[in-house]
Amino acid sequence: MAGTARQGTKRGRFAPYGLLSPGVIWLILFFMVPVMVLFRTSLSDRPNRFVPNALNFSWNFSNYTDALSQYGEQFQRSFVYAAAATIACFAIGYPLAYVIAFRGGRYRNLLLGLVVIPFFTTFLIRTLAWKTILADEGFVVQTLRDLGILAANGRLLATPLAVIGGLTYNFLPFMILPIYVSLEKIDRNLVDAAKDLYATPARAFWRVVFPLSLPGVFAGTLLTFIPACGDFINAAFLGSPQTTMIGNVVQNQFLVQLDYPTAAALSFTLMIIITVAVLIYAKVLGTEDIA
Amino acid sequence: MASAMSPKTSGSGDAAALGDVVIGINQVTKRFDDFVAVEHANFGIRRGEFFSMLGPSGCGKTTTLRMIAGFEQPTTGQITLEGKDVSKTPPYKRNVNTVFQHYALFPHMSVFDNVAFGPRSKRTPKKEITRRVNELLEIVRLGDYADRKPGQLSGGQQQRVALARALVNYPSALLLDEPLGALDLKLRQAMQIELKRIQREVGITFVYVTHDQEEALTMSDRIAVMYEGHVEQIGSPQEIYHSPASVFVAGFIGVANLLPVNIDSISGANALIQLPGGNKVSLPIGSLAPVVGGAATIMVRPERIFVATAEPEGDLPHLKVSVTDLTFQGPIVRAAVRCADGTELVTHIGDGDDLPMLRPNDHLWLTWEIEAAKLLPGVDERHTESTESNTALIEV
Repeated sequence: MAGTARQGTKRGRFAPYGLLSPGVIWLILFFMVPVMVLFRTSLSDRPNRFVPNALNFSWNFSNYTDALSQYGEQFQRSFVYAAAATIACFAIGYPLAYVIAFRGGRYRNLLLGLVVIPFFTTFLIRTLAWKTILADEGFVVQTLRDLGILAANGRLLATPLAVIGGLTYNFLPFMILPIYVSLEKIDRNLVDAAKDLYATPARAFWRVVFPLSLPGVFAGTLLTFIPACGDFINAAFLGSPQTTMIGNVVQNQFLVQLDYPTAAALSFTLMIIITVAVLIYAKVLGTEDIA
Repeated sequence: MASAMSPKTSGSGDAAALGDVVIGINQVTKRFDDFVAVEHANFGIRRGEFFSMLGPSGCGKTTTLRMIAGFEQPTTGQITLEGKDVSKTPPYKRNVNTVFQHYALFPHMSVFDNVAFGPRSKRTPKKEITRRVNELLEIVRLGDYADRKPGQLSGGQQQRVALARALVNYPSALLLDEPLGALDLKLRQAMQIELKRIQREVGITFVYVTHDQEEALTMSDRIAVMYEGHVEQIGSPQEIYHSPASVFVAGFIGVANLLPVNIDSISGANALIQLPGGNKVSLPIGSLAPVVGGAATIMVRPERIFVATAEPEGDLPHLKVSVTDLTFQGPIVRAAVRCADGTELVTHIGDGDDLPMLRPNDHLWLTWEIEAAKLLPGVDERHTESTESNTALIEV
């Protein structure tokens, strides 16, 4: 609105574009261009022993069909693991965010700090630490074996549970923080109003608090699910060849096999699947409706 | 303070003395840590009446309302609803509903769903819900807005949704916490009339909390004036305006002239008092227990004072004052005057008063009918300081 009032002046007319340009230039240089290059690569001839580095663009759609048929299992596993980790993050993160927002009182900021502090350490170090914690000779496995929860030769490391656990741990704050923000914004009088209108505490939660926190849940699940889908660190350190995710395959194709077209086709496929899944999710949750 | 109140006012506030009591506040005290929010509140609210709790912020009115709603529990004493003790009952099990200060409408639900929230909590049959919600939306004149979201409504419309949402449950009493505070003056006045109309139409007891004395006088059948956790007086708007029980009530409701005096002697049911710069008057002491030589306050409303240029003849109370300020206010001229002892008084001069052109520092005589003045216990603490400084000036 302020812009319309100043439309007359030359400076005013170009100011919005001036402010936008750094971001737009950044996106073009470091997102659009690489995506185009990647797309071109994904349709190029695959290298063979005679021409190892030639990337001849040839509308080679077989890269996609080959990638899907060859690595369908890893795709599926990635989505299952990412979904499981997202659900686990939600199950742990929502109650935690709720308690901090509604019962935290003056300890709120301290509690939020405790959520974030472990993440001052890098992703890699934290995952390696989990490797130590879950190791066969570590105290966790020993205790579980002594209690009979794990078989005498049972292990945690190199199982799907360890990979999902690692993903859950690493992405938990991305679930907690947006949910906390949306819960914190809710007017406490609304909860009083619901109780005043004969709602039991459970009904007040499900009909008022939870629907109003959905924007946070939406943001939190996306921030957890999307990076978890493409993650390869957790599967590499905490998993086994049986728990390979699509991120591991892409990394392997790019950096070890040097098969850039296949790696690019896999990346593109992952991107498209996630985009479609997110659009469907947004439609189902109807986030535009939530004020 | 309570002991000095007349038996009449404390009687009308006593729950046991009333016939059809919906809400009983029995010796209720509420403490938050060291802070006493409400102390020994003891009154009843009758079925179908428009009852207001009036007082400045921090007087305990909202705390009392929240205790009736069930959001707070009394530290001592009990609250009864329809004769049953509900002091420990959670809000969702009490048949009272609240209209919140900022409406607290559910932003993610349509107007219809907001209003239907209460009946749905109670698992009312669907047909019945639709019928009642539509009925209430008609009463608050929002029949065409059922599908809108609260964010698409104006402040006054949101206010009416909040009313419908509470009234649809046919509660024993409707609790309103400064519901008009967020509206502008014009809308507020329109809503006052609207509220009173709706209250008459549905016949439900309204318990209304406000700090706006004009609002309370306009709408209420009875008003409880509260100050610092105490109920100062309960009565009809007329009683409270014309016969305030304390200096605080007199000063809080409307404009009051409060003349601090000393009781010179007592003869029978009357106290003899020397007016500063005037004659000696005899005022009924009512249920007060005045002490000879003790401090008291004479209260006279500005519109009950007559003005003369010469000392009036006869026994009517009169005193000599000097004009400090004159303000033209249309139908009347508001004259601020100063007594011999420095007390500032206000009087109205109308067209009927045959007076020469007045100027500041002119001398006037004020007089009033015997029954226009009320003798109140104590003096206004808020004015004590300024009175002292005025006295000091006169001595110099």
